Amino acid sequence: MDKNNPFLEIKELKVSINENIILNDLNLIVKKGEIHAIMGPNGSGKSTLSKVLAGHPNYSVLNGDIFFKGLSILELTPEKRSYLGIFLAFQYPIEIPGVSNEDFLRLAYNSKQQFYNKPEVDPIKFLEIITQKLEFVNMSPLFLNRNVNEGFSGGEKKKNEILQMILLDSELAILDETDSGLDIDALKIISNGINRFMTKDKAIILITHYQRLLDYINPTYVHVMQHGKIIKTGSFSLAKKLEDKGYQWLNEN
Amino acid sequence: MINKSNKVLNSNIRNLVNKDYQYGFSTKIEKDIIEKGLSEQTVHLISSKKNEPIFLLKFRLKAFSKWKEMKEPEWSYLKFPEINYQNIIYYSAPKVKKKLNDLKAIDPELLKTFEKLGISLTEQKRLTNVAIDAVFDSISIATTFQKELTEYGIIFSSISEAVYNYPEMIKKYLGSVVPIGDNYFSALNSAVFTDGSFCYIPRNTISPLDLSTYFRINDPKSGQFERTLIIADTNSKINYLEGCTAPQYDTNQLHAAIVELIALENASINYSTVQNWYAGDHNGIGGIYNFVTKRGLCAGNNSRIAWTQVETGSSITWKYPSCLLIGQASQGEFYSVALTNNYQQADTGTKMIHIGNSSKSWIISKGISAGRSKNSYRGLVSVVNKAFSSRNYSQCDSLLIGNLSNANTFPIISIQNSTAQIEHEASTSKIGEEQIFYLLQRGISIEKGIELMISGFCREVFKKLPLEFAAEADKLLTLKLEGSIG
Repeated sequence: MDKNNPFLEIKELKVSINENIILNDLNLIVKKGEIHAIMGPNGSGKSTLSKVLAGHPNYSVLNGDIFFKGLSILELTPEKRSYLGIFLAFQYPIEIPGVSNEDFLRLAYNSKQQFYNKPEVDPIKFLEIITQKLEFVNMSPLFLNRNVNEGFSGGEKKKNEILQMILLDSELAILDETDSGLDIDALKIISNGINRFMTKDKAIILITHYQRLLDYINPTYVHVMQHGKIIKTGSFSLAKKLEDKGYQWLNEN
Repeated sequence: MINKSNKVLNSNIRNLVNKDYQYGFSTKIEKDIIEKGLSEQTVHLISSKKNEPIFLLKFRLKAFSKWKEMKEPEWSYLKFPEINYQNIIYYSAPKVKKKLNDLKAIDPELLKTFEKLGISLTEQKRLTNVAIDAVFDSISIATTFQKELTEYGIIFSSISEAVYNYPEMIKKYLGSVVPIGDNYFSALNSAVFTDGSFCYIPRNTISPLDLSTYFRINDPKSGQFERTLIIADTNSKINYLEGCTAPQYDTNQLHAAIVELIALENASINYSTVQNWYAGDHNGIGGIYNFVTKRGLCAGNNSRIAWTQVETGSSITWKYPSCLLIGQASQGEFYSVALTNNYQQADTGTKMIHIGNSSKSWIISKGISAGRSKNSYRGLVSVVNKAFSSRNYSQCDSLLIGNLSNANTFPIISIQNSTAQIEHEASTSKIGEEQIFYLLQRGISIEKGIELMISGFCREVFKKLPLEFAAEADKLLTLKLEGSIG
């Protein structure tokens, strides 16, 4: 693919849930190697955007299109999008009682292997692979034996999301408020993990309320969303301004 | 205006839903039947067809007169139209030319039927580690490995054969654990039972093979009323497996069985069931009415009986495998996974009656309800006043799938001795859309995701199943749940 072609292109996207329109005429172009931060007040449609990109079935796409690697992905199931390289780090990671983290991670890994006709790895080989990745987010191997996100602290849940992103070696990572609920040490660890994951062949969309994450992860662009569309795009300084003046400032201008 | 991604997801689910019940075929075969209807004459006819000794006819007639005075139990959380007991065929047997148990005498259609069910009765292909008694409608058609087992003194045969060969044992034990008047369905079964399995493990013997009965209902109008009687003598040990399937008809068929287990001193019986009767279609049409009385008697000191059941089939399940813990330090165990989908209804659980000192019991029940089904656990833990130092641990977990399913727990605890230690834990959880979406986002398909969650939920019970059953059970549950999410 030509380096200048968009990696992700969202065109005039209009989305509703339960007949309420959440995204309206949203446009965004993301190229490889870029990090896009999306900020905006509560209810502006940031989380909806992340779920629509991942293919959540409850949202209806009324208009527009989403192209990833030049292909429209609207008709693709969530798992196909995942295999193509789209990863969503959930704002509230889901607990799965009775299922060990290790079994869950191995099944996710092997599902992708299978999709690309690569050999599935056995539990012993997988333990080797995952042990190396644990170190990216400073997690203890004991996490593998616990049930998925069950009884995890807020920080542990978010680390577990980043661990999955690194394990699946996704190409487009959408991080939905991954920084919320983190103490400063966890924020550093997670930012460090994200930075090590990022390469010139990947892209990240960071959804956040706070500038503090952007102190660790340097965004290529900062966008502001309001009423379901991007109303302003700028650089890191825009995030700083928002932090100082609040979203109200946008409407005053 | 379409919701594209939703459309894709839903069509996947539809494809999964349309997968058929794998065992829904029926076998065309020449039959010997007694016309439908139930009267004293029917009971006489069954008995004479089977050339039974007079004591058994008396047993049946006594049961029949009891049954006539009784009423269908109404306390369960089950709803179904009234059963017309006059509209059922009580005896339907494939015509056999020669004596039983000569495989050459069995209609090849029957052998083929069992082959199709994954059960080979012919010597070359049969399983090497399990002896099987195959019951087709009203009669047992073959029992494998009988000769080999005889070398160990183990008796394994159809109950009809046992009536001829070991009448004293039948007289002594038949109805000793489940008395004929125990309940409506046990009385009915005692009057009209047609076949089943009999097993006796002698003293100081550990059975070298697992024993197994496979039940198949074929005739659309016939009920199946079989009895299983297992006696484990002092210091013996046996693993018993039970499987069942039925063709897919749009009428309901009645299955009312009795299983009686007797464990003498130091004996141990593991009884495992994978119940996969036809469950009816997606609208609740057809399926088996399964009213079963299973009870074990831990008669001897240190005896042990464990019931493990995976209940996935039947449109109605009414079943409470129980243990009477009479021996000192005797032990009763109940491990259950009951899954209901669509319009299935299950009311199942156990009774643990502690009579002997230091008797112990464990109950682990996992109920999974999907679709519009109803799934109830009903249990009784009873400690009588003379049972000192007895213990029970119960755990009842329910898993709900979707918004229309129903789960209930009705535990009764009755303790009359203050030295008893009783624990009861319960939980309810739900597989929701968000969990599924989370798994899908990680590339895990709906099928695999449900399998993962179900096997996590059921792990404690599956661990108790014999190895070859455990893998099957995992797959079976996933198959049964396909399409219930979305």
